[in-house]
Amino acid sequence: MGGTTVARETPAGDLRLANLTKRFGIFTAVDDLTLTIPQGSFFALLGASGCGKTTTLRMIAGLEEPTSGQVLLGDRDIARLRPYKRPVNTVFQSYALFPHLDIFENVAFGLRRRGIRQVDDQVARMLSLVQLDGYGRRRPAQLSGGQQQRVALARALINHPQVLLLDEPLGALDLKLRRQMQIELKRIQTEVGITFVHVTHDQEEAMTMADTVAVMNAGRIEQLGAPADIYEFPATAFVANFLGQSNLLAAEAAGTAGGEVPVTAHGARYSVPADRARVDRGPAHLGVRPEKLHLVGSADQVPAGHQHLTGVVSDASYVGVSTQYLLRTSWGSELSVFAANSGTTQRFAVGAEAVAHWDPRHAFLLPREPGEDDRTSPVLDEPVGAPS
Amino acid sequence: MSALAHVPTGQSAAAPPPSARRGRHRFLPYLLLLPGAAWLLLFFALPLVQLAAASLYDPSGSLSTGYALTFAFGNYPDALAAYWPQFVRSFGYAALALVLALLMGYPLAYAIAQKAGRWKNLLLVCVVAPMFTSFLVRTLAWKTILSDNGWFVGVLRDVHLLAPDGRLLATPFAVVLGLTYNFLPFLVLPLYASLERLDRRLLEAASDLYASPVRAFRRVTLPLSMPGLVAGTLLFFIPASGDYINAELLGTPNEYMIGNVIDSAFLVRLDYPQGAALSFLLMAAMLAVVFVYLRRAGTEEVL
Repeated sequence: MGGTTVARETPAGDLRLANLTKRFGIFTAVDDLTLTIPQGSFFALLGASGCGKTTTLRMIAGLEEPTSGQVLLGDRDIARLRPYKRPVNTVFQSYALFPHLDIFENVAFGLRRRGIRQVDDQVARMLSLVQLDGYGRRRPAQLSGGQQQRVALARALINHPQVLLLDEPLGALDLKLRRQMQIELKRIQTEVGITFVHVTHDQEEAMTMADTVAVMNAGRIEQLGAPADIYEFPATAFVANFLGQSNLLAAEAAGTAGGEVPVTAHGARYSVPADRARVDRGPAHLGVRPEKLHLVGSADQVPAGHQHLTGVVSDASYVGVSTQYLLRTSWGSELSVFAANSGTTQRFAVGAEAVAHWDPRHAFLLPREPGEDDRTSPVLDEPVGAPS
Repeated sequence: MSALAHVPTGQSAAAPPPSARRGRHRFLPYLLLLPGAAWLLLFFALPLVQLAAASLYDPSGSLSTGYALTFAFGNYPDALAAYWPQFVRSFGYAALALVLALLMGYPLAYAIAQKAGRWKNLLLVCVVAPMFTSFLVRTLAWKTILSDNGWFVGVLRDVHLLAPDGRLLATPFAVVLGLTYNFLPFLVLPLYASLERLDRRLLEAASDLYASPVRAFRRVTLPLSMPGLVAGTLLFFIPASGDYINAELLGTPNEYMIGNVIDSAFLVRLDYPQGAALSFLLMAAMLAVVFVYLRRAGTEEVL
């Protein structure tokens, strides 16, 4: 069967999106996106629903035609190739397993469509990779959600695509299974060495699995980098609050002086190291992560070199691994503080006066729209990275 | 029913023993079946037995001399020998009409189910709307449309698709066309129901897995529409092969199907044994065709 020739002879290369744009009517879903995904990496596109991440994925898969721009695999522009001619496979959010075929035939589907007759060995190997040996003769409807998810993965991986696209593949699984599959997916990716592009709205999932995370917002990439780099030094207020939580104080920066950027926030003076500042003059957000804030009883307990502000504890929730405090400042904002329950820190009751201090090297300075106020995350969420 | 209203009262003496109560519940489904079963017994099973008996009457009987049940099994080979061409024609015409109906009906059902968007319901009404008119009236309308002096034949003659003395009415073409037209909705509706449930994401998955549109159709759409296709072809083929109105109104005795022969045996020639024997032969042939078809189509393989 020579009908479908897939460009797989060319050595796999980096996946590059160049000025990729998709408009639906007047709505711009993906806005002039340019990025490079290195070959063999685990790349996560992270964003809230409607940010354009799935549209981006579908354009790579060929299920959506770009309004303009290129999808380059190595040196080849595949943006206008039909999906069945692309060396790219997808694990769909709904799995989209063929209900009329058994598991074996579902997994063999791609091989058979490319005219490969001897599929038994490959299918068996793939089923054992996803730990579903012996399930070949069952129907998709007879499997659990997690098993179906692994069939969907095997069905895509068996084709040895140059790029594997994962469209929120773990979204339908319960928390425990999701954790398990995250580790599993990472293991498989390391084993097969294929470029994985993973779309998710789950920041924790992105951080656990991906080498590189791109945080998307309104069709654009807000920040791209290693999970730890993004978390420790976010580029924008959106990223600072989408990936984990941040306390962002409205501040005015006064220009770099001696490796530091002095800022004024709510009448008090602070400073941020120059290499932690995304902006050095004008309106800015002074940001500190909740777990980088420490509470003490009075200002004389603040370690040397740390900066501090004073407030009243307005809420304290004990969540086992840590205690999450809300500290009401004198100007009415609430800061969120996570104190690890390591047994060495003082506990504070609601209503107590407390001093929050931080190492300036843990603070960061982000651009702020003039007139924009503090952006703190008073919602006590599950802290990122906390074992559950 | 009082049995249903009973609150279980444990071992109280007033309550019927548990086995008796369960017994009454066991009979309930059969009780509910009763009206339908009685109806079928009276209007299906008994006439069938009567017809079977009639097919074995002495063929020399008549309305005036009366009929005698002589187990004349010879009626069957005699009827088949006399009318096998009409049998062959019935299945031939029905099969031809089925092919035409599939060629038109599948794309139609697919378009309504998957592509019509907000026009879906309107298009469905259009498929069903002709049924609001009597079958007879619609077939008579075709008689007018296809008539030798009608505009349709006139146009075909003008563009030389038809010879100057060529005609459509009273030809096999007209009969097959009538069958196709009249039974098309029976094919389209079940097909539509299957195709409407088809998850478009499965086609995306097939396309992602190297299936060209043609192969995606063959490997995904077609197998998943099998239940509708099987139901639709049966609902089309069975009445079409037993039909006699289309051959009567749009054809000539040269196009008569087995339905016409049975019709005339009962109502014109008053040869009840032969009419009954032909009816049973038709039923047997139909059952055989359906059985083979269902075995081949393998519907149990389809979810």
